[in-house]
Amino acid sequence: MHISGPTEQLKIVIVGHVDHGKSTFVGRLFHDTGTLPEGKLEQLQKIAERRGVPFEWANLMDALQSERDQNITIDTAQIWFHTKKRQYVIIDAPGHKEFLKNMVTGAANAEAALLLIDAAEGVQEQSRRHGFLLNLLGIRQIAVLVNKMDLQDYSQERFQQIEKEFRGFLQTIGIEPKLFIPIAAKHGDNIATLSTNMPWWNGPTVVEALDEFKIAELPNNQPLRFPVQDVYRFDERRILAGRVESGTLRVGDRLQFNPGNKVSTVKSIERWQSTSRDQASAGESVGITLTEQIFVERGAIGALESDPPYALTKFRARLFWLGRSPFKKGKPYKIKLATQEVECEIDGIEKVIDASTLENILRSGNDPYVGRHEVAELYIRTKRPIAFDLHSEIVSTGRFVIVDGYEVSGGGVIIEDNYPKRTSDTLHKSENIYWSHGKVTSEQRARRNGHAGYVVWLTGLSGAGKSTIATELERELFNLGKHAYVLDGDNIRHGLCSDLAFSPDDRKENIRRVGEVAKLFADAGMICITAFISPYRSDRELVRNIVKQGRFVEVFVNAPLDICEQRDPKGLYVKARANEIKEFTGISAPYEAPQHPEIELHTDKLTVAEAVTKIIDYLHFRDDTAEVSI
Amino acid sequence: MDYLSKLENQSIYIMREAFNKFENLAMLWSIGKDSTVLLWLARKAFFGHVPFPLVHVDTTYKIPSMIEYRDQLVREWKLDLVVGKNEEVLKSGVTFPNGKATRVECCGTLKKDALKQVLEKHNFTGVIVGVRRDEEPTRAKERYFSPRDKNMEWNVEDQPPELWDQFKTDFQKGTHIRIHPLLHWTELNIWEYIERESIPVIPLYFANGKGERYRSIGCWPCTSPIKSKARSVQEIIEELRHTNVPERAGRAQDKESEDAFEKLRRDGYM
Repeated sequence: MHISGPTEQLKIVIVGHVDHGKSTFVGRLFHDTGTLPEGKLEQLQKIAERRGVPFEWANLMDALQSERDQNITIDTAQIWFHTKKRQYVIIDAPGHKEFLKNMVTGAANAEAALLLIDAAEGVQEQSRRHGFLLNLLGIRQIAVLVNKMDLQDYSQERFQQIEKEFRGFLQTIGIEPKLFIPIAAKHGDNIATLSTNMPWWNGPTVVEALDEFKIAELPNNQPLRFPVQDVYRFDERRILAGRVESGTLRVGDRLQFNPGNKVSTVKSIERWQSTSRDQASAGESVGITLTEQIFVERGAIGALESDPPYALTKFRARLFWLGRSPFKKGKPYKIKLATQEVECEIDGIEKVIDASTLENILRSGNDPYVGRHEVAELYIRTKRPIAFDLHSEIVSTGRFVIVDGYEVSGGGVIIEDNYPKRTSDTLHKSENIYWSHGKVTSEQRARRNGHAGYVVWLTGLSGAGKSTIATELERELFNLGKHAYVLDGDNIRHGLCSDLAFSPDDRKENIRRVGEVAKLFADAGMICITAFISPYRSDRELVRNIVKQGRFVEVFVNAPLDICEQRDPKGLYVKARANEIKEFTGISAPYEAPQHPEIELHTDKLTVAEAVTKIIDYLHFRDDTAEVSI
Repeated sequence: MDYLSKLENQSIYIMREAFNKFENLAMLWSIGKDSTVLLWLARKAFFGHVPFPLVHVDTTYKIPSMIEYRDQLVREWKLDLVVGKNEEVLKSGVTFPNGKATRVECCGTLKKDALKQVLEKHNFTGVIVGVRRDEEPTRAKERYFSPRDKNMEWNVEDQPPELWDQFKTDFQKGTHIRIHPLLHWTELNIWEYIERESIPVIPLYFANGKGERYRSIGCWPCTSPIKSKARSVQEIIEELRHTNVPERAGRAQDKESEDAFEKLRRDGYM
């Protein structure tokens, strides 16, 4: 027996204005190619008869009750048919403006599109909007079907008129449609066979045009992008799971993970019940193990060191909005790009466009926004650096969605801008700095450094985790390209404060000196992290008052006394309980907890990484001048 | 990359997203070919492991060999199995085989309600289900990540947009998400993949001595075999390449009324 290879499918979306005949076309296409399930046509004809309504081809697709009642397609239905050449999945997208998000859902999964236009009504609002969105969604293979030619006496002139008008529109948005075909879906004209009603049309038919479309090739020859989906430890292996979005991944590749800029080498490529191969190409969901264990989480994008993505906190995008509430400046949203999820907001809107007319929408007032079903060009700022590419260069890491509350509410592609490259040319972005009277202002320093100066003051009991968090925070900030330095308690005591003991007065003086030094670091533009018990509220307030307003970040490292005592990393609690140490905070000396700390970290519940992330999140939120963080 | 590998990689990606996003995740296993392929794909996604429990909704009217096959795979593949039953209705005897309920009512209590009970009991917020778009028209409208409200109802008119493999993973407390990693597969693809991977399937799918086989399996009172000579996976593939008969033609509950199945699905049926 002969069995041919597995059936390849091409996904096509059918779009166009409401009532321009999409569902009818699909029903007819099905019938004319002989792919209708046995008995389906008769079943639907019988139902129509029972209800006393004329049979509609569209009912084939609109299988749901509510749709039969309203006679419009609400969702994208998918249905299969085949020609002699191959199998197709037809995605019938709703033409009603109300259901644009369903049209987008359908179209985003397609490789080619058929756009229907009613010959009588001509080009309408959704014809144009759908054309615009197809382009934004990255669909390049488009054929336009001019439908209901029977109602226009199969007029060649009318067909050419519509073709001219719509081709002009599509060209202005950068679409070159493959072809226009005149059809009458209801009667099957030019669907599977050439129509005798339009002798002036020599083809192709719709079916022939479909067979000319190509199945998208996977981006094997582009730079490698391997977004980490998850990290598994089901057995002795530590596997980074993910899909190769572009390029080819090989054992021995030295991978850089961004954001975070951590580097390691691919030790193995893991699969289950598959032939073992030491490489994986675009589209493959695999796992890798690394030679050197580095801290990499979901979201990081693995790339070759020679060709990494951008990792910035700001980018320019073209976006469409589907949410019920508008996309507003000043409101926090979540962006999802590859496997990254980061809080973001609009940095600035360049223009809002009506996709059906291409006209700019002008909004007066101080609260710019992108309304439902509008398209915009804008800048988005993320709270933490996000790794991305230009959509025109690498598709899957060049597009994103925006989540508003619980809902995916918009999508966009990242477009050209003057992005600083990842490494050496970061410094070039300081072109805008000017010198005034030979003095450098703190704003200028902040612009050059990519961040303002801060004092991050960690306070809490011994054993609460201050030093651990401080050193890890310093490392993370360093990796993010921030200038950070930890003022270490022991070092201070050895030098600057070697003349001081532990009496209340000496403690007070110790903290005062540390505060002054921290202030100088912050003035110099650095993020100065201090890790001192600093038990007295008044001492901490003293430091707060000498640091520039808003630049003192008090972090209450809060762990219950019994937990600190259990941890007792230096064995100090044991000694204090044995009365070997006098005036030990928490045991024999008071600790005055902060009343309004900027950040409170419950270290009995948080991991070090989570604690550090909280602080970094806070700093970015306040750091409105940071443009680059590498 | 060949077509089956494309399908496989996409399903693995979806399953891994689900595993990352849901703390209380489970997978429905109906013992049929689709959910068994799903189980195989889970082992591919998680490198031989199945890191979440499998839920089997047992109506007690399943064809007996299904339960034997189920228990055998649970032992061999070391699976964590949770069985859900609507004990109350079974005790009261209000079922279709007893003549005390219609087929659709029976599906509603013994399958849909039993599922709801087991989800609530274990607090599952994500459920992986092996439905496919080509099975029947309402399933064609599903998303990969499809929300259900707290009464398990499906709001088909207002579904989230789903694009570029970014799924709905943020949801209100009390609701849950159905995850459908096989949505883009066809019946034929399932068999092509079973053949390629040599996945063990229950023998009910193969033609018996009387020239009959099950194309879709469920409860014995409502599932009937089709006429077929296909005795192997290869022969099934060949048969499917030439059929125009819908897959669920042997499932009687779909036909009680014009929109019987649609109503069941809106109410939370799988």
